Amino acid sequence: MIIADRKPIEEVIDQVKDFQKILIVGCNECVTVCEAGGKKEVGVLASAMRMYFMNQGKDITIDERTLERQCDNEYLEEIRNIIDEYDAVLSLACGVGVQFMAEKYMSKPVFPGVNTCFLGVTEERGVWTERCQACGQCILGLTGGICPVSRCAKRLFNGPCGGSTKGKCEISKDLDCAWQLIIDRLKELDRMDDYEKIMPIKDWSTERAGGPRKVVREDVR
Amino acid sequence: MGCKEGECRFTSGNLRARKRVEQAQQILDKIGIGGERVQMFNLSSAEAPRFVEIAIEMTEKIKQLGPNPIKLARQKKAA
Repeated sequence: MIIADRKPIEEVIDQVKDFQKILIVGCNECVTVCEAGGKKEVGVLASAMRMYFMNQGKDITIDERTLERQCDNEYLEEIRNIIDEYDAVLSLACGVGVQFMAEKYMSKPVFPGVNTCFLGVTEERGVWTERCQACGQCILGLTGGICPVSRCAKRLFNGPCGGSTKGKCEISKDLDCAWQLIIDRLKELDRMDDYEKIMPIKDWSTERAGGPRKVVREDVR
Repeated sequence: MGCKEGECRFTSGNLRARKRVEQAQQILDKIGIGGERVQMFNLSSAEAPRFVEIAIEMTEKIKQLGPNPIKLARQKKAA
């Protein structure tokens, strides 16, 4: 899922302090799971902002709404009949949702309430780590399910570099060497033949470096 | 008020509560209300005198801090 982190409240307030009626919109998917932008976080943020503005003597209306997702038209439509009541929208969705909201409601200023960080997993409650960089050409079948693009600091494709020491990456002793993990996993799976296969130079054009990307499925259009 | 650390019958409820109180304190500080208005104490249900001590201590502290600034802001606005 997409992992995001809450923006500092002072930064959020600074973005919207000149508006009179603000709608805070949360998202029920990834940002709920990583506890950054779900219904609960919307509630806490709205309450804190109301208290802040009251303390300043400002009469600002802050309302709350949480949509199932903000990356699908059907869900964004749900606020069409109320959005004109507001001067600004503070979206706690990931960057995708904020942008789609802004595209859909072009005359309404939309501000982000979270910083979108990476694609990752919940290792334990409160700890999220990166797993995928959406390179567009998944080779996880050959690496025992461990990604060298997102987890190797050098994004190497054919084994560890000389800096790999005692299973750790040379950039930090807290970082596992991805290739050590891959080799250990392939050994457990009895698939060390995959390690011996030389991977050719990667076609990076499907990665973000090749420009903004698009997927089209003619069969479902 | 939470149980003494290490004595929570739900193992870690009091530890989680402490973290949440700290979060609330940070938010209250950032929005100008003051995190010192919320505080967590750990004691057992058998420590009635300590409960009284804490209640008196917090009451005194709040009296010193004065009314909730939002209340004051509202009164000022109404006037």
